[in-house]
Amino acid sequence: MTTSVHTAAPAGRTLSPARRMQNMLMGGLILLATLLVVAPLILIFVYLIREGLGAINADFFTKVPAPEGETGGGLANAIVGSVQMLAMASVIGVLVGVSGGIFLSEYPRHPLMPTIRMISDVLAGIPAIVMGLVVYSMIVLQFGFSGFAGALALGFLMMPIVVRTTEEVLKLVPLTVREAGLALGLPKWLVTLRIVLPAAAGGIVTGVMLALARVAGEAAPLLFTAFGNSAINMDASRPMSALPLEIFRGATSAYPENQRLAKAGALLLITLIFLTSLLARRASRRK
Amino acid sequence: MSEPTQSVTRPPTPSSLSSRSDRWFEIIILALASIIVLVFLLSIYLLGTESWPALQRFGLEFFTQRTWNPVEGVFGALAMITGTLLTSLVALAISVPLAIASALFVAEYAPRWLANPVGYLIELLAAVPSVVYGLWALFVIAPVLSRWEQGYFQSPDKLELYTSCKNLWDSGSTTLQCFFVPSSFDGRGLALAIIILTVMILPYTASVARDVIRLVPQEQREAMYALGATKWEVISRAILPYARAGIMGGVILALGRALGETLAVAMVIGDSQDIIKSLFGGASTMASVIANQFGDAQESLHRSSVVTLGLTLFFLSVIVNYVARLIIGRLTPKGIQ
Repeated sequence: MTTSVHTAAPAGRTLSPARRMQNMLMGGLILLATLLVVAPLILIFVYLIREGLGAINADFFTKVPAPEGETGGGLANAIVGSVQMLAMASVIGVLVGVSGGIFLSEYPRHPLMPTIRMISDVLAGIPAIVMGLVVYSMIVLQFGFSGFAGALALGFLMMPIVVRTTEEVLKLVPLTVREAGLALGLPKWLVTLRIVLPAAAGGIVTGVMLALARVAGEAAPLLFTAFGNSAINMDASRPMSALPLEIFRGATSAYPENQRLAKAGALLLITLIFLTSLLARRASRRK
Repeated sequence: MSEPTQSVTRPPTPSSLSSRSDRWFEIIILALASIIVLVFLLSIYLLGTESWPALQRFGLEFFTQRTWNPVEGVFGALAMITGTLLTSLVALAISVPLAIASALFVAEYAPRWLANPVGYLIELLAAVPSVVYGLWALFVIAPVLSRWEQGYFQSPDKLELYTSCKNLWDSGSTTLQCFFVPSSFDGRGLALAIIILTVMILPYTASVARDVIRLVPQEQREAMYALGATKWEVISRAILPYARAGIMGGVILALGRALGETLAVAMVIGDSQDIIKSLFGGASTMASVIANQFGDAQESLHRSSVVTLGLTLFFLSVIVNYVARLIIGRLTPKGIQ
């Protein structure tokens, strides 16, 4: 029988120098490569703190961007727009995503199950910009740019992510739990909604949070749907701004003031996204 | 607790008493889940009808024609298709060894207290939004590249090389030597797009590679160690061959990401629809053209041509993702799936 032989590996001095050198060299290269992989994340974060933190003040949260060439202003329009569109997107993402997850996990024998699972997986890989084009043709061509169209695009992007995590979490609920419910004479739908779903609720919430963090940073699907708005807009039937949209416009603008706001917006956005995924990870680890 | 439950059978069947409400529940769940299929089919239909005028006008030449000229109404996507493939494949070639190395570090080298945070940092790389990568590349990396590119105006012999290459580019061709001579001087261009894409797709390969490396049975490692192998020999002869197919799945997943990556690329690639002539000059990808031109495309043929790029991208990513899932799916042990 194999026992752990790790520690019994031959002592270094029996190795030929060439092999020992190779071993050390590759270990060094692997360490170096890992540093190289992690470096951009740290560099980006440090850069944004250095350049953007100064612009985050009360104005940043309460004012709209100043006209080009003028100083001051904030990203209130973008923050308000992002919150509204993400809330609407969650409704679509959660309703369809959780239902899809239930279907894949609880009806494994259904003839449509393999098709829906495959299409959901494939949909998860469709570029976000293409989803923007789809919603443009579906909604914007008739009704014009709107916060609702933007939310729809984000919701479509959320769906497959939520399907996947919901399915995985539901499958972790032991079959015996379902059987216990059925043995009490409960119909399957009650067992699913009142026993299986609550047992998996934590994991589903984690999945939804991760999906939200994913789409919160998307600007590409919003370019031709929500379009952007330089004023604070609470009406979802009209064009709406979002943080990633303002970051995109600001970063590609020639005016230093807009660039400064973009950097501050980027700092806020990645801080929120990092916190969300950190929380989601904590929650899933505790399970 | 003490008695093992042996009663695990196939999924329970509904009892006849509650079959009617169960039937309704099934219909509702199926209807909601079918929205996913609906969105997929609707996407094909909408993109198809919108791109029909361009496809009808240009046919297959749309994909082989190298002129993209909105003013004259001639649209050929060869330059963008080349741009997409070139940026994605080169970025993939650079990122794969780095990603595998970092996966090996997390799974094989690092002690637990270090492996978890490093693994988490790599996953966070995937959470950074595209626009933020674009912003960073534009404000931090572009100036560095730009300084090097402007060196071509400072030394006489380099300037001479640049001038001869410029003539060649203007006549619509390039050589291998000229390919490495900068044609733009603000740092934006193909090279910057490749750099930022490399960083962006790293975490996808890295996290799949880490997962499959962890799935390699411990006996594989122990057998090699028992033969007196060094750590690197264990990795290169026992672990990597075993995990090869799974890592390939991660690589293809990353390819799918790279092909569709939009805003970061659109911000840094220099938006030129000419056929690619220099690594340090403007270019474009299918996704970047959609982002940069769809909003301004007034004329219907132009608009339709841009949507055709979207349709192409759609099918390209469907195929790539399907292949990736196939590979990963086949490797996942049945119990975990």
